[in-house]
Amino acid sequence: MSVARDIITVAGVSAGVFFFFAGTVGLLRFPDTLTRLHALSKADNLGLGFVVLGLLPQTGGLRDGLKLISIWMFVLLAGATVSQLIARTARQSGSGK
Amino acid sequence: MNIATVFEIALAAVVLGLAIWTIAVPDTYSATVGFIAYGLLVALIWVRLDAVDVALTEAAIGGGLGGVVLLGAAARLRDTEAMTTEGPSLIVRLSAAILSASIAAALAVTILLLPDPAPTLAPSVVANAGATGMTNPVTNVLMAFRGMDTMLEKVVLLLAIVGVWSLASDQAWGGRPGPRHQADPNGVLAFLARLLPPAGIVVGIYILWTGADHPGGAFQGGAVLASMWLLVIMAGLVDTPPVRSRWLRLILVGGPGLFLAVGLGGLCFGAAFLAYPVAFAKPLILSIEVAMLLTIATTLGLLLAGAPERSAER
Amino acid sequence: MSAVTVFGLCAAAAVGLGLYGLIANPQPLRKIIAFNLLGSGVFLLFGIVGRRGAAAGFGNDPVPQALVITGVVVAFSATALAIALLLRLFQIAGSTTLNSRAAASPRSDPSGH
Repeated sequence: MSVARDIITVAGVSAGVFFFFAGTVGLLRFPDTLTRLHALSKADNLGLGFVVLGLLPQTGGLRDGLKLISIWMFVLLAGATVSQLIARTARQSGSGK
Repeated sequence: MNIATVFEIALAAVVLGLAIWTIAVPDTYSATVGFIAYGLLVALIWVRLDAVDVALTEAAIGGGLGGVVLLGAAARLRDTEAMTTEGPSLIVRLSAAILSASIAAALAVTILLLPDPAPTLAPSVVANAGATGMTNPVTNVLMAFRGMDTMLEKVVLLLAIVGVWSLASDQAWGGRPGPRHQADPNGVLAFLARLLPPAGIVVGIYILWTGADHPGGAFQGGAVLASMWLLVIMAGLVDTPPVRSRWLRLILVGGPGLFLAVGLGGLCFGAAFLAYPVAFAKPLILSIEVAMLLTIATTLGLLLAGAPERSAER
Repeated sequence: MSAVTVFGLCAAAAVGLGLYGLIANPQPLRKIIAFNLLGSGVFLLFGIVGRRGAAAGFGNDPVPQALVITGVVVAFSATALAIALLLRLFQIAGSTTLNSRAAASPRSDPSGH
C-alpha cells in the first residue's frame, strides 16, 4: 500500500516540477509581460496543484490534507490577483513590455 | 554523497548566486526583488537545518515584510537613480573586497573547526520543559527561559515606532502615516482585500495558538495579521489610523506592559522577576502571547506604514 | 560534506558579500539591503551552531533558534527605521546621498519643517 502511495507522490511531484520548469522557461523566453504572466500562471495553478496532489497520500490525515489544499487555494487567489494587477499596469503603460 | 546533500549544495549555490546578484546589479528595484527571493530561499535553508520556527519567521518577517518595506522605498526613490554620485574609488573598493574576503574566510575556517562534541543546551530545555506545560521547545525558550529577552525585544519594537513617528513634519505631527491609497472599489485588489483577511486572521490566530506545541508562535502570527491589515489599507478600504489616537497607543503598549506586569508579579509574589508560578504558567504565558500578538501585528503594520504624512484633522 | 558544512560556508560567504555591499555601494538603500544580507548570514551561522547542538530528540538546539527569531524581528524594525530616515532625508533634501557636496537644490518641504 505504501508503494502505491510513493508512486502517486513521485508521479505528482514530477508532473508539478515539469510545469514549474515550463513556467520558468516561459518567463525567461517570452517576449513581453503579458505572455510571461501567462507562463507563470501555469506554474502556479498546475505546478503547485500537481505537487499538492502528489503529497496528499503522504499526509497524516484529513486535516493535514485539507491544509495542503488550502495552501494551494491561497496561492491561486494571490497569484490570480497579482497577475491581473500587473497585466493591467503593463497594458496601461502602453508598451506591454 | 546522497541526494539530500546534492539538494543542499544546489540550494546553497542558488542562494549565493542570488546574493551576488543582489549586491552587483545596478538597478535598485532589481536588487530589492533579488533580496526578497533570497529571503524566501534562506527560509528553505532554515527548514533543512530543522529550525521550522525560524523558517516561518524568516519567510514572514525577513523576506516578506522586509521585502515590502524595501520595495516601497525603492519605488519612491526611483527618481534618484539618475542623480547618484559615483561610487567609492577603486582603492576603497579593493580594500573592502579584501576585508570582506578575509572575514568570510575566517568565518569559514571557524565553521570547519567547530568543537566536535558540540556544546548544546537542548537537554536543559527538555529537563525544564515541565515548568510551562508546552511542548514546543522554542516557545518555551522564548516565553519562559529567556522571557527577559523577548520582553526587551518588545520594548525595542516600541522604540523603533517612536523613532519612525518622530520623523513627521510639524504639520503632520500625530497624523496619519503614508498616502491615502485609492483603488477601484470594484476592482481585483479590493476584492482580494475583502476575501483574504478573514481567512488570514484565522490563520494568524491559529499560528499563535498552535505555537504552544508545534512550530509557530506570536511573532509569525503577528506578521500574518499585520500583512492582512496592510492589504486592507493598500486597497483603500480603511485609512491608516492617526498616530495620536489613544486606543492605538494602548494596543502598542499593551504587549510589553502585560509582560512587565507579570514579571513584577513574579518579583512580588514569586521567586524572581518573570518567575511563573507552575500552576498558572500556561494560562499566564498564553495571555501574554495574546497581548503580544496584537502588539506585534500593530507594530509591524505601523513600521511599514512609515512616518505620518497627513495631518489628522482631515 | 554535511549540511552543516555546506550551509556554514554559504553563511560565511553571505556575511562577506553583505559587508562588501555595505562598504562599496554608494546608495543608502543598497547599503540597507546589504546590511540585511549581512544580518541573515550571521543568523545562519547561529543556525549552524544550533544544528550541531542537536540533541535530546530535537533536530536543532532551541536556544540559538529563539535568539535568531528575536534577531530577525529586531533587524526588520531597524530596517524600517532606516528606511523612514532615508525617505525623510529625500523629502527634505531632495537627494538620497549623504554627500553634502552633491546635494541637489533642496526641495522646499511643503509642510514646513
